[in-house]
Amino acid sequence: MPADPAIEIDACTHRYGARTAIDNLSLSIEQREIFIFLGPNGSGKTTLFRVLSTLIPLQAGKISILGNDLSQSPNEIRGKLGVVFQAPSLDKKLTVTENLAHQGKLYGLVGIELRARIEQMLSAVGIADRADDLTETLSGGMRRRVELAKGLLHRPQLLILDEPSTGLDPGARSDLWKYLHQIRESDGVTIVLTTHLLEEADRADRIAIMHNGKLAALDTPAALQASVGGDAITIRTARPAELSEAIRAKFDCDTTVVDGTVRLEQPDGHQWIARLVEAFPAEIETITLGKPTLEDVFIDRTGHRFWKEMTESNGK
Amino acid sequence: MASSTKASVPAIPVVLTLAHRELVRFFRQRNRVIGALVQPIMFWGLFSLGLRSNDLGFEFFFPGTIAMILLFTAIFATISIIEDRREGFLQSVLVAPAPRWAMVMGKILGGSAIALLQALMFLALGSVTLGMPGTPLDIVLSIVLMTVIAIALTGLGFFLAWRMESTQGFHAIMSVFLFPMWLLSGSLFPDDPKSWITFISRVNPLTYGVAGLRHYLHFGDASIVKALPSLPVCWVVSLAFAALMIVLSWRIAATRTTGDLL
Repeated sequence: MPADPAIEIDACTHRYGARTAIDNLSLSIEQREIFIFLGPNGSGKTTLFRVLSTLIPLQAGKISILGNDLSQSPNEIRGKLGVVFQAPSLDKKLTVTENLAHQGKLYGLVGIELRARIEQMLSAVGIADRADDLTETLSGGMRRRVELAKGLLHRPQLLILDEPSTGLDPGARSDLWKYLHQIRESDGVTIVLTTHLLEEADRADRIAIMHNGKLAALDTPAALQASVGGDAITIRTARPAELSEAIRAKFDCDTTVVDGTVRLEQPDGHQWIARLVEAFPAEIETITLGKPTLEDVFIDRTGHRFWKEMTESNGK
Repeated sequence: MASSTKASVPAIPVVLTLAHRELVRFFRQRNRVIGALVQPIMFWGLFSLGLRSNDLGFEFFFPGTIAMILLFTAIFATISIIEDRREGFLQSVLVAPAPRWAMVMGKILGGSAIALLQALMFLALGSVTLGMPGTPLDIVLSIVLMTVIAIALTGLGFFLAWRMESTQGFHAIMSVFLFPMWLLSGSLFPDDPKSWITFISRVNPLTYGVAGLRHYLHFGDASIVKALPSLPVCWVVSLAFAALMIVLSWRIAATRTTGDLL
């Protein structure tokens, strides 16, 4: 029997005043999935996270989480949901254990069960030896681990994390991912997270690429990369618009101009390079060939460069 | 998978755990403990010595100093809600299945307990230096009244602080609203039916708390009590003040602020 989807979003829209942060978004996440919302800052993913976490109310549309309607019964959802915020949520004046003890009681855990669960989580995330230290004395990476322990303390069926890798060094990031996969296997937890890090997105089962509050793409990492169509060829040139036109006219293929470069996606890219260099020897400064990355997928679906998008939205 | 979490979480452990957190935080910040006690004792000494020529002494300023301790400790305890929000602790409370009123009561009772502890230390200090301020029954009842006042004032602090984004904003409220509230509570000026200050102080709910404390803690000098509101009035107003502040805090805590969005 198929279970309820972990999250079902139907025509969700969220506005801050005149600005639309989420624009008529619909998608469904299955239980036991590891699902990533990938997008630059300002793409709407953090707003979506806040709505899903029940921190801010749903404005329009319908969301159901583990079979419960978000607007009707947020408290049923809260009990089954583990939330790890991007901003720290630990009380710095309390010890690691004290932080977890308060958290447990907020979720109805008490007594021996609570103590056992705290010990179990602390060794699971590898900070049992710091249990009695004030959290203000921990390093950034260790605090993130306490945050994770906090989110998982009450055995949620669904764990949502906002930018969990931010501020982690590559080793810690790799540990985090190992652990997320591990709890999915051992406890059947569904894991949904947001990230702006392209390089970690392919660790998910499926990726939703967000752009301007809309869904730009949704599929497995492999399928997304395959969808770009062969190899990605990038040409650096003094006059990209003109070269782009010329390539189109000569070879009758799609080209795009992104950030001062001409891009085209074609199967058998190596043969295209020879053809292009022969045809436009003077115009081409450099030409590179690559397997399509998630950034190529992002560019393909939105016509924007991922990091540029990010700088622009940061500047606002 | 086995999920032991029910939709509704028992509220009492939530109230207790959050109140306990307030106490632990308070005693870990030693400057708060000292500041909350030293300043009122200083004021007590200065007013008592400075206004000796007006026939007002340590005994007269004693109940008012207790009110000051309750006011400032309570208020400082609840403005920590602004820090909780800014440091992010609050966001994980807000997405927990615990009832919102339990969160409010945890904060208010925790703050009240801190305020009451400080007031009791001062009461002990007064009893040692000036002798017993009243009969044992008077003292017990005065402690109950202090609890009610502490709850009312922490509730007031919670209500004022909930929507604020910075503690700086709170300092303005402190000087234009809370400090005058104390000045006009009968703590500083003796009750004089002809004075406009007494007239204004009659609409200040804290006046009735201070008057109630004077009834119990007069060090045998019943003359200062004569013109004050009667004890039953003091109790009714103080209880109503506390109840109103709890309700207002509970209502405002249901609203969300942009400060939640870290």
